[in-house]
Amino acid sequence: MFALETHVALSLIIPLIGAAGIALTSSVPNIRETVTLVTSVLLCLNVFSILPSIMNGVEPTVLLVELLPNIGLTLKVEPLGMTFAAVASTLWIINSIYSIGYMRGNNEPRQTGFYICFAIAIAATMGVAFSGNLLTLFVFYEVLTLSTYPLVTHKKNADALKGGRIYLGILIGTSIGLFLPAIIWTWTLTGTVDFVKGGILDGHASAGVTGVLLFLFMYGIGKAALMPIHRWLPAAMVAPTPVSALLHAVAVVKAGVFSVLKVVIYIFGIDFLATTGAAEWLTWVAAYTLIAASVVALTKDNLKARLAYSTISQLAYVVLGASMATSMAVAGGALQIVMHAFGKITLFFCAGAIYTAVHKTEISDMRGLGRQMPITFIAFLIGSLSIIGLPPLGGSWSKFYLMLGAAEADEIYLMIVLLVSSLLNIAYLLPIVARGFFYPPLGQSDEPVPVGYEKSDFSWRNIQEAPLFCVLPPVLTALACVVLFFLADPIFRLIEPILTP
Amino acid sequence: MLSLSSQFPILVAIAPLMTAPICALFRGKAAPWAITTIASAFAFYISLQLLLTVASSGPISYELGGWAPPWGIEYVVDLLSGFMLVLISGVSTGVLLFARESITKEVPTSQLGLFFAAYLLALTGMLGICITGDAFNVFVFLEIMSLSSYALIAMGERTDRRALTAAFQYLIIGTVGATFYLIGVGLIYMMTGTLNIADIAARFPEIEGTRPILAAVGFIVIGLAIKLALFPFHVWLPNGYTYAPSIITAFFAGTATKVSVYLLIRYIFTVFGVDYSFEGLELTDILLPLAVLGFLSMSAVAIYQSNLKRLLAYSSVAQIGYIILGLALANETGLTASIVHIFNHAIVKTGLFLSVGCMFFVVGSTYLKDLEGIGRRMPITTFGFVLGGLGLIGVPLTPGFISKWYLVVAALEKGSVIGYGIVALLMISSLLAVIYIWRVVEVAYFREMPEGTVKEEAPISLLVPTWLFILGSFYFGIETSFNVGIAKAAAAFLMGGA
Amino acid sequence: MSFGFFNYWVFIILLMIGLYTVMSRSNLVKKMIGLSLFQISVFLFYISMGKVSGGTAPIVVDGPLDTAAPIYSNPLPHVLILTAIVVGIATTALGLSLVVRIRESFGTIDEEEILEMKDGA
Repeated sequence: MFALETHVALSLIIPLIGAAGIALTSSVPNIRETVTLVTSVLLCLNVFSILPSIMNGVEPTVLLVELLPNIGLTLKVEPLGMTFAAVASTLWIINSIYSIGYMRGNNEPRQTGFYICFAIAIAATMGVAFSGNLLTLFVFYEVLTLSTYPLVTHKKNADALKGGRIYLGILIGTSIGLFLPAIIWTWTLTGTVDFVKGGILDGHASAGVTGVLLFLFMYGIGKAALMPIHRWLPAAMVAPTPVSALLHAVAVVKAGVFSVLKVVIYIFGIDFLATTGAAEWLTWVAAYTLIAASVVALTKDNLKARLAYSTISQLAYVVLGASMATSMAVAGGALQIVMHAFGKITLFFCAGAIYTAVHKTEISDMRGLGRQMPITFIAFLIGSLSIIGLPPLGGSWSKFYLMLGAAEADEIYLMIVLLVSSLLNIAYLLPIVARGFFYPPLGQSDEPVPVGYEKSDFSWRNIQEAPLFCVLPPVLTALACVVLFFLADPIFRLIEPILTP
Repeated sequence: MLSLSSQFPILVAIAPLMTAPICALFRGKAAPWAITTIASAFAFYISLQLLLTVASSGPISYELGGWAPPWGIEYVVDLLSGFMLVLISGVSTGVLLFARESITKEVPTSQLGLFFAAYLLALTGMLGICITGDAFNVFVFLEIMSLSSYALIAMGERTDRRALTAAFQYLIIGTVGATFYLIGVGLIYMMTGTLNIADIAARFPEIEGTRPILAAVGFIVIGLAIKLALFPFHVWLPNGYTYAPSIITAFFAGTATKVSVYLLIRYIFTVFGVDYSFEGLELTDILLPLAVLGFLSMSAVAIYQSNLKRLLAYSSVAQIGYIILGLALANETGLTASIVHIFNHAIVKTGLFLSVGCMFFVVGSTYLKDLEGIGRRMPITTFGFVLGGLGLIGVPLTPGFISKWYLVVAALEKGSVIGYGIVALLMISSLLAVIYIWRVVEVAYFREMPEGTVKEEAPISLLVPTWLFILGSFYFGIETSFNVGIAKAAAAFLMGGA
Repeated sequence: MSFGFFNYWVFIILLMIGLYTVMSRSNLVKKMIGLSLFQISVFLFYISMGKVSGGTAPIVVDGPLDTAAPIYSNPLPHVLILTAIVVGIATTALGLSLVVRIRESFGTIDEEEILEMKDGA
C-alpha cells in the first residue's frame, strides 16, 4: 500500500495510535476492546506486508531521528528481526482475544491502563525487532522494560510490589550497569554501533577485550535470563496470566534472546567469535542454565512458576545456539525463538484458562481436571510436546538444528546436555497432563472397574471449560505448533541469508 | 551603532535590574508577577537573539560606557555564555509561568512586590555573571545573586520556619565562598594588573607557577566549589532547597549552581588554560575524586530522605558531581558532557521541582508520608514526576541518557584503570538513582490514599509549565542537535585554548 | 619574613580570626561579627595592594606639580573595595535581619539550642 519504509515505521506507529485510541475509549469497554483487536490485526497485516520484500533480500532502512551525532534511532529490517516481529505480531492478536476473556472473566480492575501498557510494550517489541543499531535496540529494550513494569505490578498488592522490585531491579540494573557500558565501549572501539553482517568488532578488539565485552553484553541483556540473573522471570509471574503469556513467554524474554542473537551475529560476528574462542564460557553457562532451570522446574508446584523455570531453560537453548557460533546452531537458536513462542504461550494460556475456570494455581490441585477441561488439557499436551521437541510439532526443528550445530562444533558433551534436558522437559511437563486425565479429581476416587469391563472417565456432563475467549486462543496456538512443523522450511529460508557470510 | 540590537548585551542584564525597584513599588497579586514575567521573557528573547548572532558570526564584545577594554568593563557573549544566558532566562520564564498561582500559597500577598524584586535581582546576578568579561564585575553579580537568594530562601518561612536557619546557613557559607573568590581575584590583579578576563588570560602564561598565582587558583577554585555545592562543600544546598518556596527551589535548582559551574569552566579553561590547569596544577587529581565521591555518596544519601524536596536536592548535588567529573576528565568529550549536562539537568530538575510544587499546592506538604497514593490522587502531576525521574536515571530518550553517554565515552577515552573504574562507578550511581526514584514511585502508586482524600489535580496554570519542562526534557533527549551541537562547539572552542 | 609584608600578615591573621569565629561560635550574632571581620580583612588586602611606596593620592591638579614625575598610588583597588564594602554592609544587614527573624520565630539565637528543637535546622 505504502512504500516499504513507511510500513516499517508503521509497525511502531500502529500500536502507539492504538494505545491512544484505547485511552480515548476507556469509558466504553466494548469499543476499547475492539480498538485493541483492530490494532493488533492491522499491525499483523502490516508486518506481513513487509515479509515478501525481506524474502527477496531487501533491507529497508528508516532513520527516525538523529539521537547523537552519527548515531540515529534507525530501523532496519533484516531476516532475524522480521521473524521475531512476525511471531510477536501474530501472537498479539491471539493474546488480545485471550486478554479480553481473562480480564473480564476475573473482573480485573484498571483494564484501560492494562491495554495501553500492552500496546506500548508491543510497539517497543517491534522497535527491538527492527532496530538498526545497538543504540536503537537499547532504547526500545528499556521502553519495553518500563512499559511492562505496570503490567507486572498490575495487582498492586505487596506481592506485586516485591515482584516488581525484582523485575525492575534486575532488568534496569543489568541494562544500565552492563549493557549500556558495553554499547558505549563498542562505540569507542569501532566508531559505529550499526548491525553489520559479519560483525564490526573484528580487527578492533583483542581477544581479552572481546571476552569482557561478551560478558558485558550477555549479562547486560538481562531479559535473556541467563543464570544467575534469571530471578526476575519467576518474580514477574505475579502478573495476570495474559501478561505472563505474551510478555514472559514471547515479547520480553524473546526480546532478550533475540538481542543476544543480534549482538552475536551482527556485532561480534560468528566467525570472529569462533576464531577467538571468547564464547566458550558462555556455552557452558548456557548449558548449566539449561539443566539447572529444568531441575528447579521439577520442584515447583505452582504451575506458572514451573512454566517460568521452563522458559529460563528454553531461553538457554537460544543462547547456547548463539554461543556455539556455528551456522547450524545459530539457525537452531533462531528457530527456537519462533517455536518456543508458540509452544510456551499455549501452556500459559492453558494455565490462565484453568485459573479463570476453577481458580487453581498449584499443580497438585489439578488432579483430574483434564476430565473437566479436556480441550484445555489437550492443548496443554500439544504445547508440551512441542517444547519437548517431538515431531510432528514445530519444536522438534529447533532441537534438531541445535543438535546438528553441536555435532558441527564437535561438542559431544553438549549433545548429551541437550539430550538430558529433553528428558527433564518430559519429566516436568507431562505429569501435569497425566495427572489431569488419569487421576481422579481431588477428594474423589474412581470406582473400581471389574476386570473385563471398560469405563470411560469422560462424560459430557462433567465438562466445564473456561469462557470461550480463554479456550479458543490455546487451541489456535496449539494448532499453530503443528502447522509450524510443516512451515519450518520457509522460515529457514528466510533466516538463511544471515548464516552465510 | 545606536540600533537596539547592538545594545543587547547590556540590556539582558540591565532589563531585570531596572525592573526590580519598579516591581518593589507595586502591591497586589497580579502586577509584580506580570512585570517580572515580562522582564524575564524579554531577557529570554534577547538571549536567544544573542545566541543566534554568536552562532552565526562569532563572539560579541560590548564596551560598557564606550570605554575600551582592558580599561573599561567589557561584556562578552561567546557560545558558552550565550548558551547559559538562554538557559537561565528560559528556565526563569518557565518557572514564572508557574509562579502566578503557586506563590500566593507560600508568600503573603503584601510581600509579593518585594519577593519578585528579589527574584529579578537574582536573575540579574545570574545573567550578569555569564555575560561579563570582567573578573571583579563577576564578584559583584555573584553577590547580587547570592544576597537576593538568601532573602528568597528565607521567604519559605511561612511554610516552615527552618527556612530562616537554612537561609542564614547559606548566607554564612555563601559569603565565605564569595570572599574567597574575591581574594583570588585580588591576587590575580596583583600579578597581572588587569581585571579583564581575556587580558588576564593573555598575560597568564608569563606568571603561571608563581606563588601568588598558586594561591589565587586555590582561593578561586575553593570559593567557586563552595558556591556550586561541590561535595563536600554542599551542606548549605539541601537545607536551602528544601525550605525555599517551590518556585525558588525550581529556579535555583536549574540555574544557581550552574552559574558557578560556568565560572569554574571559564577560569579553568579560559583563564588558567587547559595545559596549566591539568598538567601544571593537576586539578584532575583534586576535582575527580571529589566529583566521584560526590555523586556516589549523595545519590546514596538521597535514598534515605523522607522529604521529596530534600531527596531531589541531594540528587542535585550528585548531578553536580557528574558535571565536575566531565570537566575533570580534561578532554573534549568530557567538557561536552559537562556543558550538555548543565543544560539537561536544568531542564529535568526544574520539571521535577515544579511537579513537586504542584503536589505541595494540593497536599500542602512534600513529606513522602503525606504523599502516599499521590499517583491516584494527582495522576497527571505524578506521571510527570515519574517521566522526569526517568530523565534523572538516564533512561534512553531522556536528556540524562545523552549526558551519561558522553560522560562514559569521555571516561573510556581517558582509558587506564581509572577510566574503567569511573565507568563502573557512574553506572552504580545511576542504579542508586533508580532506587531513589522508585521509592517515590512505590509511595505514589502502591500505597493507599489517606482517608477522606479525593482525586484532585493542580490547577491548569501549574500543570502547563510543569509539563512544558517535562516534555521539553524529552524533546532535548531525542532531538539533541541544539544542546549537543552547542556544547560540542563550545567545548571545542574552550579546549582550543581561546 | 620581611617586614614589607606586614600588611599581608595582618590580613591573613584577621582572615583566620574571622573564619575561626564563624566556625566556632554558636551564637548567631557572634557568627555575623566573625563574618564581618573575615570580609573586612579582604578590604585591607586590597588597600595594601594599591599602595605604591612614596606614592601620593591620585588626584590630578591644575598647574605645575611639585615634582616632574609624581608617583600616584593605584586608585583602582580602592574603587573596587568601595564596592566590596557596600556588598559587605548588605550582607551584614541581611544576616542580622535574619537573626532577628530567627529570634522571633525560635525564641533564641543560639545555634545549638535551635538544633535541639524538633523542627530545628
